[in-house]
Amino acid sequence: MSDQVFRVLRGVALLLVVVFFLFPIAWILLMSFETNEQILQIPPTLAVHPTLANYVALLSGKLQTASGTLDVTFLGNLWNSVLLSVCSVALALLLGVPAAYAFARFRFRGGENIAFTLLSFRFAPPLLVLLPLLLYFQDLGLANTYVGLIWVYQLICLPLILWIVRGYFEDASPDIEYAYRVDGHSWWSGFTKIALPLAAPGIASAGLLSFIFAWNNFVFALVLASADKQPVTVGALAFVTASGIQYGIIAAAIVLSILPTLALALYAQRWLVEGLSLGAVKG
Amino acid sequence: MSGMVDGLAVRDVRVAFGKTVALHGASLDVAPGETLVLFGPSGAGKTVLLRAIAGLDPNATGQVVVAGRDVSSAGPEHRNIGVAFQNFALYPHMPAYENIASPLHARRLPAAEIKARVERIAALLKISHVLGQQPRALSNGQKQRTALARALVGEPKILLMDDPLRNVDAKLRYEMRMELPRLLRRSGAASIYVTQDYREAMSLGDRVAVLIEGHVVQTDHPEQVYDAPASIAVARLFGDPPLNLVPCRPQAGNDGVRVRALGLDLGLPVDPAVAGRESLLGLRPEDIALFREAQPGAAPATLEVATPLHEKTVVLLRTPDGQEVLASMNGAAPAPGAAVWIQPNAGRALLYDAGTGLLDRRAARVVEAAA
Repeated sequence: MSDQVFRVLRGVALLLVVVFFLFPIAWILLMSFETNEQILQIPPTLAVHPTLANYVALLSGKLQTASGTLDVTFLGNLWNSVLLSVCSVALALLLGVPAAYAFARFRFRGGENIAFTLLSFRFAPPLLVLLPLLLYFQDLGLANTYVGLIWVYQLICLPLILWIVRGYFEDASPDIEYAYRVDGHSWWSGFTKIALPLAAPGIASAGLLSFIFAWNNFVFALVLASADKQPVTVGALAFVTASGIQYGIIAAAIVLSILPTLALALYAQRWLVEGLSLGAVKG
Repeated sequence: MSGMVDGLAVRDVRVAFGKTVALHGASLDVAPGETLVLFGPSGAGKTVLLRAIAGLDPNATGQVVVAGRDVSSAGPEHRNIGVAFQNFALYPHMPAYENIASPLHARRLPAAEIKARVERIAALLKISHVLGQQPRALSNGQKQRTALARALVGEPKILLMDDPLRNVDAKLRYEMRMELPRLLRRSGAASIYVTQDYREAMSLGDRVAVLIEGHVVQTDHPEQVYDAPASIAVARLFGDPPLNLVPCRPQAGNDGVRVRALGLDLGLPVDPAVAGRESLLGLRPEDIALFREAQPGAAPATLEVATPLHEKTVVLLRTPDGQEVLASMNGAAPAPGAAVWIQPNAGRALLYDAGTGLLDRRAARVVEAAA
């Protein structure tokens, strides 16, 4: 009896949690198919007359407002987001995975301190370093360049990849690599054929996470990039126009900008399956 | 033996991690086809020595010679050594076939030859039916056989086995203990087999090297290690139930020395020079005869506990002066608390210096002659 009550209560609690987290997303999805007038209607109405106007405006780059036609650079922003995130994660993987291996397998002077310093980049609020960084970047000619942004994005991606992947390397017994060496394979071959495949789930999840963090970054791009280099997160500010906030457009932009990360997450899911190494080593 | 061309020669191999010395200059020789058992308690440095020989420890110094070639500065991939790891260390993302084929792939052999050799070694180890399976789908025994097949398939000159039977159940361990000597002889490799089980050492080793706290303290034939352990530490480790050690002070006698121990006056046929020193008398449990009635030359004792071990029974006795003694006997033991009489076989007794813990050489020589 009490068991059944408990089960019902748990169901209700779970439902509340799901509604709480999914409601904003559902709302945004609805808004993206409504005009600004429908959205601002009081009382709000659920009798939807779906319109694709928001998406058309975003994709065609022309937005009709009360005060005339606005140029929308959304597709450019989306491209910037893709470029910045992909390059940042690729660079962070290139640097972070070998570093993670070194931190996991070798003990060297100052090793822990270096690893911790890299992690500490994630504690510091970005605003703390942003202003001096802007001044340096202007002097170095890196302000408002993709290279400069990708460099700064390493503050987001590199520590994440380093620390997650390091744990995966540490979980795999070094004996497996030793066995491969003893079989007659070179160190490099052991790294690429044994260590990397065994850490693959970790590398995939760290890559995905850092992609999401890079994609969602707002403040670095806001300060260090001007209009033609801005990602969607900053670009969406353009929809706060002189003739009002374009809620419908913003909602549609959010939906479109969620899609790449969602697709990537779904694709990477099969790589995230853990337990690949289960049962290989005993004791 | 330093001029030995074939087999393995290890010279003064030392491993230190910072100030901690894990291995103090170990030297070993293993002939082709011979199996040397490296025996010692956990933490003695057995695995450390094995890794140093395989070239897996950058902290190792000293010389390793494989078939006449000094490989001390060669990487593990250039030493022509097969290793079976204690934890199997199979490649989890490759099926058993690929695991076994790995040493052959490294040598870039033609696919047909790889297939033939993998299948031959798999048949020998009775794992032909699991070659297509991933390691996680294998039983512990199959994993262990796969790991052994991988170590053997390349026909290495040197075979290192790090306690390969540790993680398999008793039945498999027994099976493998029967099978391994045949496999090792067939391979013709100079083999080092690490274990902390003295029965394995006895059944597999042509010779046994005892490693304690980073020192090789005795290298000898298994029976010799059992009959005359070089030190008290070796004596305590090698044998189950362990050796009895009774404090005594030998006195010079007519034909050797006499000791008072277990309430008896025993004559030991050893050099009288050992007389007068604090010593420990070592007696194997099976060298103590047990009687239910008083006998001439037997001392009384009380039976405390009896532990039946299939064909024999190990009993813990206490002499009137409080000394605990282990003895083994055939058949059913008397009830605890029963009075028994014991008579040690003085001819097989060992005499250890209480200060250094070493077997007295002069006493040992007598034992060797007796054995």
